[in-house]
Amino acid sequence: MDNFELVILLLDATLRTSTPLILAALAGMFSERSGTINLALEGMMLGGAFSAAAVAYYVGNPWAGLLAAIATTICLSLLHGFACITHKGNQVVSGMAINILMSGLTALVGIALFAQGGKTPSLDHASRFQPITLPGADAVADVPVLGSIYSELLSGHNILVYVAFLAVPAAWWVMYRTRFGLRLRAVGENPGAVDTAGIGVVAMRYRAVICSGVLVGMSGAYLSTAQGASFLQDMTAGKGYIALAAMVFGKWRPFPALFACLLFGFLDAAATRMQGVILPGIGEVPVQLVQALPYVLTVVLLAGFIGRATPPKSLGRPYVKER
Amino acid sequence: MSDSVQLPRWIDVGALPLLNLLLALVVSGLVVLAIGESPTQVVEILLYGAFGYEEAWGYTLYYTTNFIFTGLAFAVAFHCGLFNIGAEGQAYVGGLGVILAALYLDFLPFPIMLIVAILAAAVFGAAWAYIPAYLQARRGSHVVITTIMFNFIASSLMVYLLVNVLRPQGSMTPESEQIAEHLRLPFIHDIAATFGIEMASSPLNLSFVYALVCSVLVWLFIWHTRWGYAIRTVGANAVAATYAGIEPGRYIIMAMMISGALSAFMALNEVMGVQHRLLIDFTAGYGFVGIAVALMGRNHPFGIFLAALLFGMLYQGGAELSFEIPTISNDMVVVIQGLVILFTGAMEHMFRPRVTRIYTAWHLRRRAQEAA
Repeated sequence: MDNFELVILLLDATLRTSTPLILAALAGMFSERSGTINLALEGMMLGGAFSAAAVAYYVGNPWAGLLAAIATTICLSLLHGFACITHKGNQVVSGMAINILMSGLTALVGIALFAQGGKTPSLDHASRFQPITLPGADAVADVPVLGSIYSELLSGHNILVYVAFLAVPAAWWVMYRTRFGLRLRAVGENPGAVDTAGIGVVAMRYRAVICSGVLVGMSGAYLSTAQGASFLQDMTAGKGYIALAAMVFGKWRPFPALFACLLFGFLDAAATRMQGVILPGIGEVPVQLVQALPYVLTVVLLAGFIGRATPPKSLGRPYVKER
Repeated sequence: MSDSVQLPRWIDVGALPLLNLLLALVVSGLVVLAIGESPTQVVEILLYGAFGYEEAWGYTLYYTTNFIFTGLAFAVAFHCGLFNIGAEGQAYVGGLGVILAALYLDFLPFPIMLIVAILAAAVFGAAWAYIPAYLQARRGSHVVITTIMFNFIASSLMVYLLVNVLRPQGSMTPESEQIAEHLRLPFIHDIAATFGIEMASSPLNLSFVYALVCSVLVWLFIWHTRWGYAIRTVGANAVAATYAGIEPGRYIIMAMMISGALSAFMALNEVMGVQHRLLIDFTAGYGFVGIAVALMGRNHPFGIFLAALLFGMLYQGGAELSFEIPTISNDMVVVIQGLVILFTGAMEHMFRPRVTRIYTAWHLRRRAQEAA
């Protein structure tokens, strides 16, 4: 039973650590499926996390924070779009610029507003997303195995965790079962054909980056108002890049990306738990090795050693209407 | 746009980048205003902090040294059409090469050590860049993603090594042992002192001279050798290069390895010149600044030198700034850096149509006047 509980706790932590990755990975997917590389996930996440924490602190309501985060990330998405889609600038450079800009700006504004070394003040109970107990969770808590799976693992998360997991089928449906999704995918594969069909490539790509902004905003808000209780300088700590890696690992598809996020989240949760633990026959596994695994796995996948990851055909290419 | 004329070169490589840089600085000024400080005061303190006194010059040029190396590194890969986002990781691993050489070959005399350290940095940095390069050239994985991943892998690897392997016994801080006194790169003020010139002490050391040497070498390499020509051809059009008998994969690997080696030379300045030991995260984002430096300098060594000087000034002046105005931290420099990358890199074409239109109108009117 002890081991079972340990597994439940580990999986529980996995859900919590993979939530921001799932939202950001879906965000990356919308943008990249339309042909715009989104390296800016990290910076957008930071911007979202900061806005969410600052506004939630002033208003005293996490929902206001969430809206502020989404508004911020939509603005950043539009900036990215303005550079990449309208001015046909380099998408990699634009993404890096937004990441660097937000790393500095969040800290600078944080110091100007709160004078706490770039941190936002701690949020009280009412300004954070609280755990939700699913119906009947307490009643079945004593039922062996299934009871604790339901009450410990599935119940007791905040709303953004559930939103993230529901966003995956939703994204799949939008992407593969709606006209919008069909056009969005087409614009990333063959913008010329889409243009010939009388659909505006630029407008489609802008819509895609806005979708991306909405999702990554939620991811940022989760970090500072659900998982944590304040914004800390550079609190994303590479999660945006991990999400990008998960998206590539999931081959630009919603469900595989979900599993990649869960795998990366699990590795993260395991790394925290494995600190100092000596495994029989192996000895102490360095935490750094576990932490580096998502990156290593992504490189191995990209090298084609475990399946092929084919990006959208016109990814990274601005569309020029006439030559 | 059929009636527009070709822009003269001075507008293309001079005026347009300057216009974009100006815009970046104006927006930075607005940020300063928004957080309730005076931009003119900020500029004053920045300039004084960077150039106002002798010691400041030393610090400015010490930062400049790092930016020259990482800027050159980005530029060499860029000429081959590659985005090497991995300078950070390559410099970090290069630092490992330098410290291993300095700690385990400490019986060598300094001049030999200098060559060994340069080679060690180059080999380690190039090796770290080789893997993403190989994967791009032979297995089709994208160098942008792989170099980002390699930054993180390098970071994990180095933390592991510093905590578990290189940390001296009995020490609690994760850093390596100190380099022996006689193997350290001499400071410029010490060199000046031997000639009887008195200079304020600063971290500026011999690697600044090496950075200038590297700039000249890169210029010669890119524009005056067969390999440089091939690299630029691959960067301009890999398919055309193939038809011209240039095998792109070979040059992609070559450009990336040179790029990795150049990034790693930053470790000479930091590890062998200033810190005298290997520290966690000694690269401190200099690798990313290299992107801004190269983009601003139009990937030409001379432009890179000027851009590196600008960023060296911002870094040193920024340190002074955070000291003078408490609400403005070092992060202001990071903001300026982000804006410079955004406006000179991502939005470089923003003003081009307008400038072309104005220039065309002016040009046509002048020609009409001449005809009349």
